[in-house]
Amino acid sequence: MADIITLRYTVSPDDFTRAGEASSDVKNKLKQLGIAPPVIRKVSIALYEGEINMVIHAKGGEITVEVSPESIRMVLADVGPGIPDISLAMKEGYSTAPDEIRSLGFGAGMGLSNMKKYTDYMDIQTELGIGTTITMIVNVT
Amino acid sequence: MTVQDLTAQKEFVPVHVGKTADREITKTFCCDLLSIAMGKAPEGCAWITVMANMNTLAVASLADAACIVLAEDVHLDETALQKAAEQDISVFETKLPIFEAALLVYRKINGE
Repeated sequence: MADIITLRYTVSPDDFTRAGEASSDVKNKLKQLGIAPPVIRKVSIALYEGEINMVIHAKGGEITVEVSPESIRMVLADVGPGIPDISLAMKEGYSTAPDEIRSLGFGAGMGLSNMKKYTDYMDIQTELGIGTTITMIVNVT
Repeated sequence: MTVQDLTAQKEFVPVHVGKTADREITKTFCCDLLSIAMGKAPEGCAWITVMANMNTLAVASLADAACIVLAEDVHLDETALQKAAEQDISVFETKLPIFEAALLVYRKINGE
């Protein structure tokens, strides 16, 4: 696996029945590529949290995953409302998810902190009313 | 103890047990908040929960749980059942409360 493999997904807004499809597909493709299970687990958790956030908060968006021999780079870009206070949003337990989302078992305020915890690098670029782009990297080696 | 071994437990009704039936269950994990389960469910665990929806299946698959045990007589709907079969995620249902279901799995894991 010398080249970079690029995977692209569109996340539909407000569709909880399909939430996680991109993450599941990435997981299966990483398995096929022979990536180590602990690395796949980290990517799966971080990507799913990001995907769910896009469904809940951002009216969907685009996910790009680049798989290289050294690392897996995930870019999640949305045109949602943006994050007003990143440090507050990063705090475990802080959530702005509405009640109907909480009734599905989400909204515990763990999303961004899980993404940070399970990746080796995470960057958030956000602008109110414009959108948010999150870049995460998990090292393969 | 494997997922297959759980099928012999009369309190647990197998909803779907697929190709991963021989998978070893390493731990017992109880949680109903999917965001917490996503980050903390140990790989290879039996995840006991009352949260029975499509997202439960996604979290179990992505967190690499060995199986889901739905406690308190909750059930997956038809669409979720289909997804469990499609994605080959092992799911059991039980009338037991979460604690009792978890204790039962825990004892089996520990050979009691």
